[in-house]
Amino acid sequence: MTNAYKIIDHTYDVVIVGAGGAGLRATLGMAAQGLSTACITKVFPTRSHTVAAQGGMSASLGNMGEDHWNWHMYDTIKGSDWLGDQDAIEYMCREAVPAVIELEHFGVPFSRTEEGKIYQRPFGGMTTNFGEGTAQRTCAAADRTGHAILHTLYQQSLKHHAEFYIEHFAIDLIMVDGECKGVISLDLATGELHRYQAHTVVLATGGCGRTYFSATSAHTCTGDGNAMVLRAGLPLQDMEFVQFHPTGIYGAGVLITEGVRGEGGYLTNNDGERFMERYAPNAKDLASRDVVSRSMTMEINGGRGVGPDNDHCFLNLMHLGNDVIEKRLPGIAESARIFAGVDVNKEPIPVLPTVHYNMGGIPTNYHGEVVTLKDGDPDTVVPGLMAIGEAACVSVHGANRLGSNSLLDIVVFGRAAALRAAETIKPGSAHKPLKPEDSAPALDHLDRIRNASGATGTAQIRDTMQRTMQKHAAVFRTGESLEQGLEKMRNVVDSFDDVRVEDKNLIWNTDLVETLELENLLHQAQTIIYGANNRPESRGAHARDDFEDRDDANWMKHTLAWTDERANVTVDYRPVHMYTLTDDCEVIPPKKRVY
Amino acid sequence: MAEFRLPSNSIIGPGKHFPAPEGATNTRTVKVYRYDPDSGKNPHIDSYEVDMDSCGPMVLDAILKIKNEMDSTLTFRRSCREGICGSCAMNIDGGNTLACTMAIADIEGDITIYPLPHQPVVKDLVSDLTNFYAQYASVEPWIKSDTPAPPDRERLQSPEDREKLDGAYECILCACCSTSCPSYWWNSDRFLGPAALLASYRWLADTRDDATGDRLDELEDPFKLYRCHTIMNCATVCPKGLNPAKAIAETKKMLVQRRG
Repeated sequence: MTNAYKIIDHTYDVVIVGAGGAGLRATLGMAAQGLSTACITKVFPTRSHTVAAQGGMSASLGNMGEDHWNWHMYDTIKGSDWLGDQDAIEYMCREAVPAVIELEHFGVPFSRTEEGKIYQRPFGGMTTNFGEGTAQRTCAAADRTGHAILHTLYQQSLKHHAEFYIEHFAIDLIMVDGECKGVISLDLATGELHRYQAHTVVLATGGCGRTYFSATSAHTCTGDGNAMVLRAGLPLQDMEFVQFHPTGIYGAGVLITEGVRGEGGYLTNNDGERFMERYAPNAKDLASRDVVSRSMTMEINGGRGVGPDNDHCFLNLMHLGNDVIEKRLPGIAESARIFAGVDVNKEPIPVLPTVHYNMGGIPTNYHGEVVTLKDGDPDTVVPGLMAIGEAACVSVHGANRLGSNSLLDIVVFGRAAALRAAETIKPGSAHKPLKPEDSAPALDHLDRIRNASGATGTAQIRDTMQRTMQKHAAVFRTGESLEQGLEKMRNVVDSFDDVRVEDKNLIWNTDLVETLELENLLHQAQTIIYGANNRPESRGAHARDDFEDRDDANWMKHTLAWTDERANVTVDYRPVHMYTLTDDCEVIPPKKRVY
Repeated sequence: MAEFRLPSNSIIGPGKHFPAPEGATNTRTVKVYRYDPDSGKNPHIDSYEVDMDSCGPMVLDAILKIKNEMDSTLTFRRSCREGICGSCAMNIDGGNTLACTMAIADIEGDITIYPLPHQPVVKDLVSDLTNFYAQYASVEPWIKSDTPAPPDRERLQSPEDREKLDGAYECILCACCSTSCPSYWWNSDRFLGPAALLASYRWLADTRDDATGDRLDELEDPFKLYRCHTIMNCATVCPKGLNPAKAIAETKKMLVQRRG
């Protein structure tokens, strides 16, 4: 069967998988520096999920009040609940300023202050003076910042004549003796396979929100790069840390930006009480996302939710006035009208904490190079492989990401990967020829799924997985529920043996693609729920009812999780980097996290 | 006399009927254009009886339900499901729109779904947008500036100047507008169509861009721009409420004004 596929060969200096913000920033940076560059993506670039980011991108420009990257760094470390690597966080917060300036120079249509500078709004967990005041740090293009950035980056990629392979689904990495040598993709339009040989493959494949039933994430957020890494025998890091965004629209799961609260919106319960004042007396509705999501869940569990079933909360922005809504929040006014039937000038939006972001992912250093634990060295670089954006775990977000730090992450580390590639790769240098057996695992993998002729539909297995994860690895977790979840997930994984791909054609076979994606999701779901059960403490987005405190003595460390062919998980650990890159800032030692 | 005859493979035949699941009492009929390039057969219309009691409110929810529960071979693009990625543009109930923001309740009678009109069909509801994307790229939709940007800070732009981009930068490249334009149907090889022209206008309107003259030179052509006959279908169908026709009119005005 393998021989039946037509394979088209390519060689490039670098191949980027994924064309969201991180992938595009890396692509255009590498192309601009004279490396032969290809970007392969399963959706047309401007349809990548970066497009859905709303509120903005953090950078201590200080356009709307005093600010300093040191403060941003402090906030990010505190937000991470001390699981973030402080060298990487220093790098990100320092580079934020030139990164956002560069985006403006690329033409991003940022909103403006009266002086004509980039407009910045407050966001959760962003403070001045190491926690004292509220920072206005989040650079915004109304509430469509992700759209504005993604389209601009695609435009810049066109300018730099980057080569794209669009609507190509990446099947697997080509690994030879522990080094990445390339990647294989399926061209959806023709059903042909493409084999790309490259000195470096950059995974910019995003997160895996679709492991859960209700997520703000797009249907395409299936973490394909993460799963390719697992199949290559490499670990994922900190997968148990899944961010629930406080304000997904109740029912639809569609995102309502934290920028609503940044602009003065607030949450209420069934008594009309502004309950965040009780949970976070200083930051109130602008506490970090894990804190707000937990507070909302406690209100609902305490019987104070709104609606006929008392199972959600209200987000109020009626008092902001038409002008602010029209200028700063036009997109969410539209989303609320379409998906909740709400006129935000008159009524609150029904909202519920909704799966939004994976803090975990492919472990990397701050250059974007993938690292693994090998022979006792936790920072061993995997040759030929990089990861950036939500797919990566640098780790700048630790146990909880601050809002507006993800658009920052993608741009800074997309750029860092391009800089590193330019340093380490000589343009046009020769490739060692690949042997046919080097691609055999990828082809066997595709063949196995394509010919899956069991009795259970892909959608049915996916639904069971999503509901299991939603129930057992939620905002609050307990050992008992996680154990049950693990058992159920074992059955779900086993049920995949009986999966059926009905569509046997090769042209635009979305039945096949969804099944490949499901397999990817299953392995990641396993690392999430196993990691959650394995970590007996509460830290950031991982809140255990049976272990309510953070345990720095034993658990201030990154989880590494490997899966085998049956998606059985094994774990090990990497230390958190408690050091900075330079002497321009100090290490922030752990302390109690209060907002 | 010229003879007009449709190619034989464009004739749409009757397809399969998928009945409602047992016990379903509240159903709607969804009729979907199907085309399988591997089969060598003509396109056909399949009809699905969808149980509305367990279906979400949008057309996308209905076709996802069909794919998940009735017929996993049904092929369409989708991603964000919130009207920002532009993937699920299709012709629903006779108009181009996004399946994810089109409420089923707003459609009377059977729900008919076709791919975007006048584009080559790859499979089912997936149309080939290669030409559409190439036209977008052809307007060189990136900032062109002769004035070096300040090295360590942003270019300044007043809120009033920034406001000129509102209605121009929000395009999601879904292609609903261009593929609803009769002028584009006739001349899509040479007329750029509303989406590409809106993208061009987005940079004409940006005070940070210095290439207005070059951009207008490129558009001064009997076909690229002037095949817009203000039919206004673009503005009618835009799922983001944008008005490409207005941007085209502004562009024509700029061309007239520079003639002096």
